[in-house]
Amino acid sequence: MAVPKVCGIETEYGVALRGAADANPVLASSMLINGYVEHRKIGWDFDDESPGRDARGFARDGAAPPEVETHLVNTVLTNGARYYVDHAHPEYSTPECADALELVCADKAGERVLSRSMKAARRLLPAGQEIVVYKNNSDGKGNSYGCHENYLVDRSLPFASLVRHLLPWFVTRQIFTGAGKVGAENGANAVDFQISQRADFFEEEVGLETTLKRPIVNTRDEPHADPQKYRRLHVIAGDANLCEVATFLKVGTTAIVLALIEDDFVDKDLSVVGPVAAIRVVSHDPTCRATIELAEGGTCTAVELQYEFLRLARKYADETGLEACGGETVGGMILDRWETVLGALERDPAALEGQLDWVTKLELLRAYVERDGISWDDPKLSLLDLQYHDIRPERSLYEKLVRAGKVERLVDEDDVVEAMTEPPGSTRAFFRGRCLARWADAIVAANWDSLILDVGSDPLRRIPMMEPLRGSRAHVEALFEECTTPAELVARLAS
Amino acid sequence: MPEREQKKKPAPKEREAEAAEVEAPPKQGEKIKEELDDLLDEIDSVLEENAEEFVRNYVQKGGE
Repeated sequence: MAVPKVCGIETEYGVALRGAADANPVLASSMLINGYVEHRKIGWDFDDESPGRDARGFARDGAAPPEVETHLVNTVLTNGARYYVDHAHPEYSTPECADALELVCADKAGERVLSRSMKAARRLLPAGQEIVVYKNNSDGKGNSYGCHENYLVDRSLPFASLVRHLLPWFVTRQIFTGAGKVGAENGANAVDFQISQRADFFEEEVGLETTLKRPIVNTRDEPHADPQKYRRLHVIAGDANLCEVATFLKVGTTAIVLALIEDDFVDKDLSVVGPVAAIRVVSHDPTCRATIELAEGGTCTAVELQYEFLRLARKYADETGLEACGGETVGGMILDRWETVLGALERDPAALEGQLDWVTKLELLRAYVERDGISWDDPKLSLLDLQYHDIRPERSLYEKLVRAGKVERLVDEDDVVEAMTEPPGSTRAFFRGRCLARWADAIVAANWDSLILDVGSDPLRRIPMMEPLRGSRAHVEALFEECTTPAELVARLAS
Repeated sequence: MPEREQKKKPAPKEREAEAAEVEAPPKQGEKIKEELDDLLDEIDSVLEENAEEFVRNYVQKGGE
């Protein structure tokens, strides 16, 4: 029953126009994208967008679904990614990936695209002005923006099952996905430092909203694939990560947990009482010792509940294998790293400096507190918190730590640079990216699940791409070698 | 009684070895501290100038 966990990450970046009296973030975001794109921009085909449709089976009146802003800059890149302006932020959505390691590379490539965009935008701006971009989730003043994950899930799995098991999953996985934050927001209790940037913003258990009254489990139902077979689980309860180990675990463990839910491997009730309150309790304790209440009785720490998920995952790996979760090699890496990380979180979280963003950031902040004798409400710590996420390579504190040898990387920088322009070979992103690279002028519009081509004669041709794994390098590389024009490609696909 | 005395007073040779072990970590510790100080100095050099003003001015529109 478990379908291959094709996955992607979409990141809304913080954006600031420095040196200008009147900074318009929509304009700044547009400049970034316009600056980056060297070829003719592809108009995004909005026909199949339905952000208002709810996975629970109805279109709710009164709930406020996100608006699709069609007049803003929106483009597809030759690596199959989507790069666009969303709610006054530049947003980068990675191409579809087949495993967590591929996604770490694709997500990191997105940072490089934003970095190059800043350089390109500088050429368009008057002297003294600069657009700066931050890969984080909050401005510290109650405004949050998201880093969302997407996973391919079997449509036949009842959504209620997903909700039941994902609530305790999202409450507890923060202990390794959290990016760390100075202070509290959105009415939460004051705290010097907490594990997650997003925890304070969740106000509901389940729902369709994404910009206010945020739910831990989001019900958006836009599969961008065969709707009879697939669901796209849209996850909004995660932090944007810079540490590659954190991204790897975030996506890798969630993929395995989803697969084992699909294959009915959850053998006990892992639900927590009051997940909305619990998500704050877990985030607000960087010692990872805070306990939460279990629905079936008793209490446990987030680490202990994570061990339960790991136990299920190992059992699932033994009995079913991890083919659906990116294969045995990557799957094995995920399980082993998950286990060592949980062990360290139990004994001494500081040992995870360089692997988890919140720990890496906290150790840096602690060093400043000790050296400068400042208190936790000193603005210097908030500055360090923010500048950790600065995407300018020469200003990013994360990059400084990488260069100081303090951060573990999982992917080669060469592969990351390649992923800026090359699509993953494993999914339909390959077909999309290759078409764009070869025949940009012929592509009238694009969506995740289709391309519209102008083959030189009426009518325009629509190529459906409803299977996320169809259109991979293995499937279509030969086709691209043999076809020299879009018309030939369309003819070959039709036959 | 003899056991307790043995535990209380290790042989002189062992005591010297213990003393030597206690000295070694501070040297390593100094090196680590030096490296950390260098890193903080480097970070100081790229940190935005006025922390309070910068943090106050960083305002975002709510996103998803």
